[in-house]
Parts: sequence; C-alpha cells; structure tokens
Amino acid sequence: MCVQRPAGYTLKIMTINPELQGRSYSLGEPYSVGRESIRDFARAVKATNSAHFFVSEAHTLGYADLVAPPTYAIIVAQRADALLINDPDSGIDFSRVVHAEQRFTHHRPIVAGDELLAELHVDGVRAMGGGAMITTRAEISTADGESVATTVSAILVRGEEQ
Amino acid sequence: MSATVNFADLAVGAQIGARSLEISRADLVKYAGASGDFNPIHWNERFARAVELPGVIAHGMFTMGAAVQLVTDWIGDPGAVLSYGTRFTKPVPVADLDGAPGAQVEIVGVVGALDSDAGTARIDLTVTLDGQKVLVKAQAVVRVA
Repeated sequence: MCVQRPAGYTLKIMTINPELQGRSYSLGEPYSVGRESIRDFARAVKATNSAHFFVSEAHTLGYADLVAPPTYAIIVAQRADALLINDPDSGIDFSRVVHAEQRFTHHRPIVAGDELLAELHVDGVRAMGGGAMITTRAEISTADGESVATTVSAILVRGEEQ
Repeated sequence: MSATVNFADLAVGAQIGARSLEISRADLVKYAGASGDFNPIHWNERFARAVELPGVIAHGMFTMGAAVQLVTDWIGDPGAVLSYGTRFTKPVPVADLDGAPGAQVEIVGVVGALDSDAGTARIDLTVTLDGQKVLVKAQAVVRVA
C-alpha cells in the first residue's frame, strides 16, 4: 500500500542508539505545580473530586493545598522523557512513538505549591521489529530531595510500516 | 460522592462500579493542553494516517487518567491511590463527529486483591472499546484503612 505523506512531514527510518541504556537526564528547572494546572488537568481527565478544585475541600481531606489526580505526575515524567526523545543522539522519531506501558508509584500525593524535579533513567532498550521498546524511569522529588513519585514508562518507537 | 469505604466490607471479586467514558476530539485537545503532550497523532488526522495509524487516537494517558476516576470516586480521596499501572494494548481511535462522541470506552472496577496488613486494596480495571481491551493489567493499589 502506498501511503501519501502530507507535504512538510518527513519520515525517515531511524536507528535507535543501543547505547542509550543506562543514560540519565535531569530536568534543569523544577516544575512548579500550580492550582490552575491541577484544575485543568483534573478537568481534562474528567475528575470531579472537589479536592482538585477547592482549597477548603483539600484541607478537609488533610492536604495543604489542591491535590493532584493520580496520573498528574505524567506531566513531569514526560518533560523528562522529552529530554531523551529530543536528544539528537537518541535517534528517536517522536512522531513514531507510541506509549506501551505506564506505572506510577506515589511516595506522597502531589499538591499545589510543589516544586518538582525529575531524574530520568533509561532502564532498557530492546529492538522490536523495525523499531525499539525503550523503558524509562523518572524519579520525581522536591527541590529539597523529598521523594514524591516514581514513574516507569515503556515507549515503542515504531519502525516504518510497523 | 465520598461514601466511606470500610476495609472489612471488601471482598475479592466484588465490583466497585462501572461507567461509560465518552471521548470527543475536544477532550483530546483539552488533554493535550493540560498535559503538555502535543503529539500530532492525537489531533491531526492527516498526520496520524501518514504514520499508519487508523486516524486520530486518544492519548493512552487520557484513557488511563480518566479510567482511574472510577477508583478515586469510589474511595473519595485522590491521594489514596498509592500506585497505578497499565499496559496500552490497542489504540482508541476518536472519530470527528458532530453531536456524538467519537468513541465510547467501558470501564469496570473489581477488587483484585486485599492486603490487611497494609490496609490496601488492589482494584483491577477492565477498560474496553467495542468489547476489546484497550488497557491490560490496569491495576490501582488504594489505601483503604
């Protein structure tokens, strides 16, 4: 089958650098968790718990400020993943990335006011068909070094016609 | 909404709830903006087809994030979800329709395991599109006690 590619999009067969495994990347600047970001994310995943929206309701549940939905850490994790994907040396074509697996382990809930850093570790790279499966782990912590969450992602970089 | 859940009342295999999740293209745009994931396969039909996808597909993280709301509504506290993981096995194509959802996903939650020492329950989510699983091994461990 002939696939017509829209003008302006270039797709090339990329080779994933097998030496990525063991590499790590750090977010340079902390991600500032704001109330509006928590509200927007909660609406986007159709979350309705009032502790995402009203500070008084978050206080009632014992949180210092608005509490984030369970998958909110993906924002920080994907910023860290972007450091790898955008690394010209990685050989990853973002347009061919498909999310294969995701896991969150919360050491404590994320609340508005948190300043989050992430250290991304490339834990695995294996060839799959014409592409590759890459497993990354983001250790998310506060600027003071308190562990907040560990996220593990597997992304499939699809080869051509895969 | 936050009916109190008592650990002693829980039994493995019991259903905690079920719901339908309607997904529109607007939902994907909102999720892209809120999450910062602007991969064009989630909003650009031409681009999605050019990379051999069936069309615009939902962010796996949108489906994962929306599915767990069944669990947070049941327990009444979003911070009680201690861990949550899944595999993404099938894409969820979202059609560009006026006045109708572009996809409808069904979510069912069942108590998969109980740990009385830790005071936690594992909730297993079955998430399907047209009867086929789109998330596999979608499991959330929740603090109950």
